[in-house]
Amino acid sequence: MTEYTYDPKQVALLSSESLEDAEAAAVKAFGQAGDLDALAAVRPAHLGERAPVNQARRELGALPPQARADAGRRVNLTRTDIQQAYERRLEELTAERDERVLRDQVVDVTLPWERRPRGARHPLTSITDRIVDVFVGMGYEVAEGPELEAEWLNFDALNIGPDHPTRTLMDTFFVDPPESRLVLRTHTSPVQARTMLARTPPIYVICPGRTYRTDELDATHTPVFGQVEGLVVDRGITMAHLKGTLDHFSRSMFGPQARTRWRPSYFPFTEPSAEFDVWFAEHRDGPRWAEWGGCGMVNPRVLVACGIDPTEYTGFAFGMGLERTLQIRHGVSDIRDVVEGDVRFTRAFGMEL
Amino acid sequence: MRVALSWLAEYVELPAAVTAEDVDAAFVRMGLEVEEIATVGADLRGPLVIGEVLEIEELTEFKKPIRYCQVRVGPEQARGIVCGATNFAVGDHVVVALPGAVLPGGFEIAARKTYGHVSDGMICSARELDLGDDAAGILVLPPDSPVGGDGKAVLGLTGTIIELAITPDRGYCLSLRGLARELALGLQVPFRDPAAAVTLLPGGPAPYDVRVHDTAGCDRFVAAVVEGLDPTRPSPLWMVRRLATAGVRSISLAVDVTNYVMLELGQPMHAFDRDRVQGPLVVRRGAAGEQVRTLDGVLRQVHPEDLLLTDDSGPIGLAAVMGGLSTEVVDSTSAVLLEAAHWDPVTVARSARRHRLVSEASKRFERGVDPEMTRVAAARAAALLVEYGGGRVVSGVLDVDHRVPRQPILLDADLPARIAGVAYRPETVTGALTDIGCAVEGSASLAVLPPPWRPDLTDPADLCEEVTRVDGYDAVPSILPLAPPGRGLTAGQRRRRSVGRALAEAGYVEATAYPFLDPGVFDLFGLDPADPRRSAARLANPISEQEPAMRTTLLPGLLKTLVRNRSRGQRDVALFELGLVFLPGEQSAPPLLGVDRRPDDEETRALLASVPQQPWHVAVALAGQRQPAGWWGPGEPATWGDAVEAARVVAATAGVVLSVRAGQQAPWHPGRCAELVVSDRVIGHAGELHPGDRVIGHAGELHPGVLAALELPRGVCAMELDLDALPAAAVVPAPTISAFPPALVDVALVVPVGVPAVDVEQALTAGAGKWLESVRLFDVFTGAQVGEGRRSLAYALSFRAPDRTLTTEEVTAARDAAVAEAGRRTGAELRG
Repeated sequence: MTEYTYDPKQVALLSSESLEDAEAAAVKAFGQAGDLDALAAVRPAHLGERAPVNQARRELGALPPQARADAGRRVNLTRTDIQQAYERRLEELTAERDERVLRDQVVDVTLPWERRPRGARHPLTSITDRIVDVFVGMGYEVAEGPELEAEWLNFDALNIGPDHPTRTLMDTFFVDPPESRLVLRTHTSPVQARTMLARTPPIYVICPGRTYRTDELDATHTPVFGQVEGLVVDRGITMAHLKGTLDHFSRSMFGPQARTRWRPSYFPFTEPSAEFDVWFAEHRDGPRWAEWGGCGMVNPRVLVACGIDPTEYTGFAFGMGLERTLQIRHGVSDIRDVVEGDVRFTRAFGMEL
Repeated sequence: MRVALSWLAEYVELPAAVTAEDVDAAFVRMGLEVEEIATVGADLRGPLVIGEVLEIEELTEFKKPIRYCQVRVGPEQARGIVCGATNFAVGDHVVVALPGAVLPGGFEIAARKTYGHVSDGMICSARELDLGDDAAGILVLPPDSPVGGDGKAVLGLTGTIIELAITPDRGYCLSLRGLARELALGLQVPFRDPAAAVTLLPGGPAPYDVRVHDTAGCDRFVAAVVEGLDPTRPSPLWMVRRLATAGVRSISLAVDVTNYVMLELGQPMHAFDRDRVQGPLVVRRGAAGEQVRTLDGVLRQVHPEDLLLTDDSGPIGLAAVMGGLSTEVVDSTSAVLLEAAHWDPVTVARSARRHRLVSEASKRFERGVDPEMTRVAAARAAALLVEYGGGRVVSGVLDVDHRVPRQPILLDADLPARIAGVAYRPETVTGALTDIGCAVEGSASLAVLPPPWRPDLTDPADLCEEVTRVDGYDAVPSILPLAPPGRGLTAGQRRRRSVGRALAEAGYVEATAYPFLDPGVFDLFGLDPADPRRSAARLANPISEQEPAMRTTLLPGLLKTLVRNRSRGQRDVALFELGLVFLPGEQSAPPLLGVDRRPDDEETRALLASVPQQPWHVAVALAGQRQPAGWWGPGEPATWGDAVEAARVVAATAGVVLSVRAGQQAPWHPGRCAELVVSDRVIGHAGELHPGDRVIGHAGELHPGVLAALELPRGVCAMELDLDALPAAAVVPAPTISAFPPALVDVALVVPVGVPAVDVEQALTAGAGKWLESVRLFDVFTGAQVGEGRRSLAYALSFRAPDRTLTTEEVTAARDAAVAEAGRRTGAELRG
């Protein structure tokens, strides 16, 4: 009887068959656990205190030393396998759970969210900025002047004497009393005079601003309108430089195919003078020439009145209507839309042109 | 200027294949703007001939008079035609539409039986030919109209009509002579000068006593007399047609002839009834108290500067502007005194402006008329009167000539090339100048005498333009000049741009209202009588008598835009505007300046000082919901707070610290108006720097009474501030950013209701010491718990040291100091 030093029933737990069964049962139970809770629920039965593999480990002490090492190795191997099976399943189920949580958090991203309505800049402002940026990029500076202007600067200095027919044609707003000799500027050109009085050549400036003529508001006229004017006074300036500048400008406003075409015209403050058209390939009504503005070489009389020696310097000037530019580029058909401030019109243009 | 191409073709050798497009292009190339080029009579087809009435049989059995006529429409060819009009007689020449013709409006003519006869065509009225409204009778042609001739050609019913816009420098193009000259140049074909075809009247004794007392105002006066005119003779049809095309109404042969010669040669003329002129014709300036009744029937007060034609009775015409009624040609006139004179353009311009009387004559004289044409025009008009009026020229012509010879313009031969940037050859320059009628002498330095019809050519620059124009503007190359480096936008320009963007990004839509004001708005706004906004500049000639003033504030225009948007169904509107306001002060009149030199520094200063201040303002106006309701929940109305925040957005964008305090300013709600204040360092009496507060604008809710008057709902809010009054942004010192954890402490303070939150916050800030990182008001509470007349303000304070974590004791001490300071300054108590 002494040869039996352990309980044969207990030792049976350490048999290969028992261990294999325990592992198979564990793998099966883990696999059947459908979620993390189920997995947690079956864990104690296979990895807990009373799990077969752990009970088997406790029986190792009952084995004779020569058998213990071998059985111990087998128990540990089995236990590791079960633990790994558990962890794999845990990982799977955790990933499934995480995925489900994200799925449950789905929203309709197409719902509107206009809780803070967007504002907009007026297209006249945006187009002014765009024009200004082209010229500032070329080294020009932006010159400005008042809208209520001295008659001398609006007319006389620009070779439009008191009896010049152009003066009556300009449809000028005059300010009371007449002795104040103030007008609402009829063009941005008085800024030319102001610039030449204040600076010495070389002068390269661009002058955007509001101007006024006594036209009633209708689809094509407005008494208040925007102009932008460029002035260059330097040594050796020619009409070719004017043309190069306008061609460059037209390309930056109307695309790479744009160019200008000149027609001789008359402005008292430039001589020679021209009106110019721009070729606009993306015009709403198909590619075409569109009348754009006026230009010319600064009349030497204007240089003299502003204190610049016309034998040393020549210059060019050009100007165009901002509404006109909008009209060509964006197909504005009724100028009242530009002046009335209807937010539906302005919003369409956003922040940039 | 509106002319028929067929008339121009008399003076321009048009190439056979020339098209309307070629003519258009040629005019444009020469700098004449073609406004319209139209083909008339295109819908007129088939045989339309001149006929002579041979017999008339009156058919009396019908309810109205009907005639059966025999009309000769060609050699040995007569037709029977039924006609319902009675204003013609046997022997009259008429227009006959033969079967197969189609008249304007698609009216087809066929031989058909009517009133018992076969009508083999139709005798036409003026209206049936689209020649005018006269449907009462048949168009009776002058007796010399060729029988069997093509009616379309004789009447000028078909052809190309060109309308040109003439710039003020090209007065000579207000004539066929001038236009034809330019067209010939543009097409590079020969020009036939109509003036060259005129035989001048031979000299001799003056046919009338004319005395020119003002030879500066009238440097040439030519007079001729035609007498023995048959006053019943009509103007020839071709002349009437040409006048009508140019927009000139036919009046009588004598008047039509003067107008025709003006169109043809560019010389305005006047025809007096010689027998109604009393005594010598005198040219002089006006005298005080004189009056003249002009042809339009208006009695005009003469100005001493006006040039007059006078006789023994006094003024009988406003020279170069309009003739007088007392000596006008009438139905009985048989002797005509023709005047063709050259008047001083400035005097004419002033007279026309003074009397608000822009006539065809004044328009031409103001722009310059060829003085050589006086004598030519007198001869041409006399010849036409003789030919069509049956008169005879009284021998001799009066020619008072005091012209000062023109001096040639000295031109460097290479100046045109230097201005255009085109290497013109010397012969190109002289050739172009010769082409336009100049006499050119010299080679390196040219002496250029412009032709008499070009008074606009006075400077070398004018000649440069002519050279480039004749050579072609297309020939100018395109070269981009290299500008010296610029400095970019100024601080002010950048600021305006940033402010506009910031407001747009904050939800405001930019408006650009007209700056015209109804001054009544100041009363409507409830401004004090002494409010400086009331002193607005006034326009002498406003577009609307209702809005004669220039804005001193942006609000009226902006609110008007708000009203317009609401009336179009936009209920939730947030607008902003950036614009100038006009602040007339005590400006003195500017100095009288010439243009022959730069004004000196003193003159420049005085000139610039005569212009009122026009600072940039920025304003916003809001109505309706600032945040709309949606599926997310209810919306939020725009409130005073949004308006004040808009000011903070502006200031922050400009890099300026803005403080806000309660204020009272019309048109804002007296209890919901914020004063917007900036601080500058100003120099005090003792010369030391100290901070000075400046109010630069207001924001808040508008006064309900004002809103009611504007038909706006209660609660509309607005802000306006003087953008130019914002001081320049200081250079920002970089802050030190601590990485240590902050200590966060909340305090709830109970203060009397009248204490502004900003004062409490300032006190907390002042008391909290150097470790205070931020202070934020997170709750405002009123109720029984805090007591009547009090409210609780809860602040979150955040403390942080740059170099360590603050201890609890340090934070508590800082908080207590902050609360203590708030208590000291505002009576705040820590809420228990």
